[in-house]
Amino acid sequence: MLFYALLSIGALALLFGAILGYSAIRFRVESDPLVEQIDSILPQTQCGQCGYPGCKPYAEAIANGDDINKCPPGGEATIKQLAELMGVEPKPLDAAHGVEDVKKVAFIREDECIGCTKCIQACPVDAILGAAKQMHTVIVDECTGCDLCVEPCPVDCIDMVPLEPTAQSWKWDLNNTPAGDIPIKMVS
Amino acid sequence: MNTLYEAVIERLDQNNLWQFPGGVHPPGQKERSNTQPIQRMSIPEVLYVPVKQHTGVEGDIIVTVGESVLKGQPLTRSSLPFAVPVHAPTSGKITEITPQPSAHPSGVPEMAITLVPDGNDTCAMLKPLSQYQQLPKSTVIEAICDAGISGLGGAGFPTHIKVSPTKPIDFLIINGIECEPYISSDDRLMREHAWQIRQGIDVLNYLIEPKCIIVAVEDNKPQAIEALTIACQDSEHYRVVSVPTVYPAGGEKQLVQVLTGREIPRKGLPADVGCVMFNVGTCYAIADAIFSGKPLTERVVTITGSAIEEPQNVWAMLGTPVLHLLTHAGYLPHKQQEQHVIMGGPMMGFTVTRLTVPVVKITNCLLVPAKNELPAPEDERACIRCGFCADVCPATLLPQQLYWYSKSKEYDNAEEYNLFDCIECGACAYVCPSEIPLVHYYRKAKADIRNLRDEKDKSDKAKARFEARKARLLAEKEAREEKHRLAAQARKQAMEKSDSGAKDKIAAALARAKAKKSQSTENSESPQSTAQEKKAQVQAAVARAKAKKAQTAQNETTSADKKAQVQAAVVRAKAKKAQTAQNETTSADKKPDADTASNNKTSGTQVQDQPEMSDAERQKREKIAQAIARAKARKLNQQNSSGDS
Amino acid sequence: MKLSLRSSPHQHVRRDTGAVMRLVCYAALPGIAAQVVFFGWGVIVQLILAITTAILAEAAVLLLRKKSLERTLSDYSALLTALLLAISIPPLAPWWVIVIGSVFAIVVVKQLYGGLGYNMFNPAMAAYIMLLISFPVQMTQWLPPQSIAENSASIIDAASVVFTGFTLEGYSIAQLQVNADGVTMATPLDSVKTALLSGQTYSESLNSPMFNGAAGKGWLWVSIAYLVGGLALIKLRVISWHIPGSLLLAVAATSLMFYAVSPDNFASPYFHLVNGSAIIGAFFIATDPVSASTTPRGRMVFGALIGFWIVIIRLFGNYPDAVAFAVVIMNMAVPLIDYYTQPRTYGHSRRSR
Repeated sequence: MLFYALLSIGALALLFGAILGYSAIRFRVESDPLVEQIDSILPQTQCGQCGYPGCKPYAEAIANGDDINKCPPGGEATIKQLAELMGVEPKPLDAAHGVEDVKKVAFIREDECIGCTKCIQACPVDAILGAAKQMHTVIVDECTGCDLCVEPCPVDCIDMVPLEPTAQSWKWDLNNTPAGDIPIKMVS
Repeated sequence: MNTLYEAVIERLDQNNLWQFPGGVHPPGQKERSNTQPIQRMSIPEVLYVPVKQHTGVEGDIIVTVGESVLKGQPLTRSSLPFAVPVHAPTSGKITEITPQPSAHPSGVPEMAITLVPDGNDTCAMLKPLSQYQQLPKSTVIEAICDAGISGLGGAGFPTHIKVSPTKPIDFLIINGIECEPYISSDDRLMREHAWQIRQGIDVLNYLIEPKCIIVAVEDNKPQAIEALTIACQDSEHYRVVSVPTVYPAGGEKQLVQVLTGREIPRKGLPADVGCVMFNVGTCYAIADAIFSGKPLTERVVTITGSAIEEPQNVWAMLGTPVLHLLTHAGYLPHKQQEQHVIMGGPMMGFTVTRLTVPVVKITNCLLVPAKNELPAPEDERACIRCGFCADVCPATLLPQQLYWYSKSKEYDNAEEYNLFDCIECGACAYVCPSEIPLVHYYRKAKADIRNLRDEKDKSDKAKARFEARKARLLAEKEAREEKHRLAAQARKQAMEKSDSGAKDKIAAALARAKAKKSQSTENSESPQSTAQEKKAQVQAAVARAKAKKAQTAQNETTSADKKAQVQAAVVRAKAKKAQTAQNETTSADKKPDADTASNNKTSGTQVQDQPEMSDAERQKREKIAQAIARAKARKLNQQNSSGDS
Repeated sequence: MKLSLRSSPHQHVRRDTGAVMRLVCYAALPGIAAQVVFFGWGVIVQLILAITTAILAEAAVLLLRKKSLERTLSDYSALLTALLLAISIPPLAPWWVIVIGSVFAIVVVKQLYGGLGYNMFNPAMAAYIMLLISFPVQMTQWLPPQSIAENSASIIDAASVVFTGFTLEGYSIAQLQVNADGVTMATPLDSVKTALLSGQTYSESLNSPMFNGAAGKGWLWVSIAYLVGGLALIKLRVISWHIPGSLLLAVAATSLMFYAVSPDNFASPYFHLVNGSAIIGAFFIATDPVSASTTPRGRMVFGALIGFWIVIIRLFGNYPDAVAFAVVIMNMAVPLIDYYTQPRTYGHSRRSR
């Protein structure tokens, strides 16, 4: 009796194991490699504030177990998404790598620019145009606001200016109208 | 699913219209302002004419500060298909061209031309096209565009785009619905100027050639219906249709549905279902533009609400500050608990951020409610899922689900529930017993989603650019290493041959020298890792640019010499390797510099003067364009001609 | 000048949540009056008990949750829940039954889920089921309609029974339940169920003195009174016709199906509609907005399935009436129904799922 019980249980175990094994292969969900998924969450500023030379390297580092709270440009939102993806608890941003700030873009004070091309070489996304001894300028639409061009400039003619909100980018925050230095009662 | 044309006509004949789902019946309040004729106002002290008053892109500003302009004179020029010009509403002097608080809920400052009227209201020469039927359509369409006409109903879509549909049109619909409470500007216009509206429709008829023209008016405006019926009685395919009053019957999608039973497909245009729609005010403006050559510089605005002494309709010049209109009609601020002025109606209007905000082409109403008239909702209560919102939604959305998802920022789900099909009519929030500002949540969610999309696009682009740059740097590195390897090989070969005689020795020495030379070339530039050839080209280009600048500045006295010299430098630069090129470049740089130092200076100041002369943005754009041209170092001649401008 | 900014629409209907809930309460008044007429003052006693308990319970939870008392209490939802529970239970049930039920409805079913708007189940019905399962004896002690009962109880009597179990003269509930002919009375649904189980045919079972045709005496009038209130609610656009309409139709259709097959073993559609709480369930209970489906088609499905379950459970379940069970079962299905009955949005060819 016992023998039969063992036999049938064993047979069942084998059977279910086989079914599970088969379905694991048959119904596998194809997904992006983890690094790609992490990389797509990161803000792609390529600023290197995380200590890695670009977003992709940091993505690889996260995949290999690095902390998820080293990306100041992404801020809380990115950390939350990363935490969700990696299945870990979100942590506050690591202040050692910088603090979350409003979106900025580089602006070259063009009459002070001496045309040294140093910022061009520093720009990770080729968003600065210019040639040696010629005035340089930032392509605003391409600039990620990474800050990397500020440091190399020998004459300190690069400012990081906050992006001006436009009517299109306004988020219907009636307490914070770009035009408004007027006190407003929030209604909703 | 398109209702057949014949079926539509049949139902129109029986006055058996379709219905759109949902809708609400807010109290009309139109009788406050619709009893008196449209008034004329005094000319305001100052006008802020926004450069962009429509959906699309702004035109190029063609006036300067200090310039005197005449009434009807264009201030901007349409250079792009979606650009519509604006015109001076009266004669006067332009004192400023700067961003001013805009007629937008955010009040974000937008570029506006400040015009101080001289009080004479002198008109510029007008060019009517009275025999428009003899002219080609394109001429008429151009005239409509040049008159600055964009939809006066609310969306402000450029009219010249709409009058040239790419698909055959069954129904030309003239929208005289005006379904929002309080507003009566279209009502008054229809009553008083039905004939001119009819003339505008005639022009549209000529341009669009629809099978049928429907003039739709809500049944709470019997006088308007009567006036239009009389104006249109001589033509058979003009139908004036009375539409049951329900908000938002005046929405483009809803009106198409009510009149034809057809639905404009998602992300589609009315033309996709054979319809095209114009507001009655637009028809009036078209008639003005064609028959008297008058550009769009004024419109009818309703000033109403209990905090207004004499609610009325006025002809307001575009650019008139809100305050001027309020003063004209008698603003009673003490009747309001908190001062607020609604531009538009009570359902979809927005509160202006300042009283200097100007009237623009789409401003149909200024609503100034008294204390208890349109009370601010209390704080929202919990949603009780009563579903009233879904019952009244004209787009058959599920406002409740959208609310949950918008509030919790689950934007994927919100989009799944078609958040972007919401027309923000406000019917849901109007009926909500919990006083939840539903539309506000949707707007926020929409803005967030749009911004997220933009950010995503931007980060994708940044990623691509970053990777392209990485690949380029890598390729350069490899190329360099390859050169090193080849040089080493040459040296080795030379070494091997070194013992085979005097001749060989000389050859070997030569080879060594060559190798050395190439090596030194590499070393000298290795710290800077950019592409040498590109750099050479760029520098050559720079040299040319400078040479050319100097040349033009010097009135081309010694131009031939220098040009030849520089050109030679360029040729050399291109042909030779980096170091040679660099030397040449510096010499080429120096020569014109030394020769024409003073001239260069003047040209420099010229460049600095420019920001004051034209607007900063254009300047910046131009600079970027120049920079791109230079950096690319291609098409050198073109670059020179534009780069010096 | 300071300008305040607001978001459109600036206009609102003046009917807030509190007004909606109050209207429902008013609409229940004719039904309550009919219940008082036929079942005695016990209903009023239960109502007072239920409302007091519910509001106290709600206030206590709100204090714990640190929410605004006045704002939440003024939505009248606790009042409505208490009202629905009070009119569902036997008028002379002991006081602690309704107290436990009200507390359970407010605290567990509503507030623990997050308060009004977040509760998954209809609080009154969930509490009713809890009571029915926990205290079956007390929850089935229905008195015969007062007009034919031997001892008609006054409001003092009723209160005395509710609080002590005995009338002032010392009669117990069990004694009150006996009618003039000495037959113990129950609800019409109960008596027919018992009769059918004991082998009688449906028409034989209607011979009991409590029936007047197929409708229980008094029950018919109560149902009509609630019907009037319900129709008024539809007229006032407080509820839509979808749920009550489909529910009653489904009750009729399902019972007709069985009745047509075997008129002896199954009750007629008319019987099912007028007896028990089908009408009150259709207009007042299933229409509870929070726990009902929200799409128009979804409401039809929701109502129809409740109707179906009412008949099925009445015929084959252990309990005589089934509105509470049917409603709670369908409450669970609401998210699913909502998901699959999304309306086609304007301009979409059809739902792309």
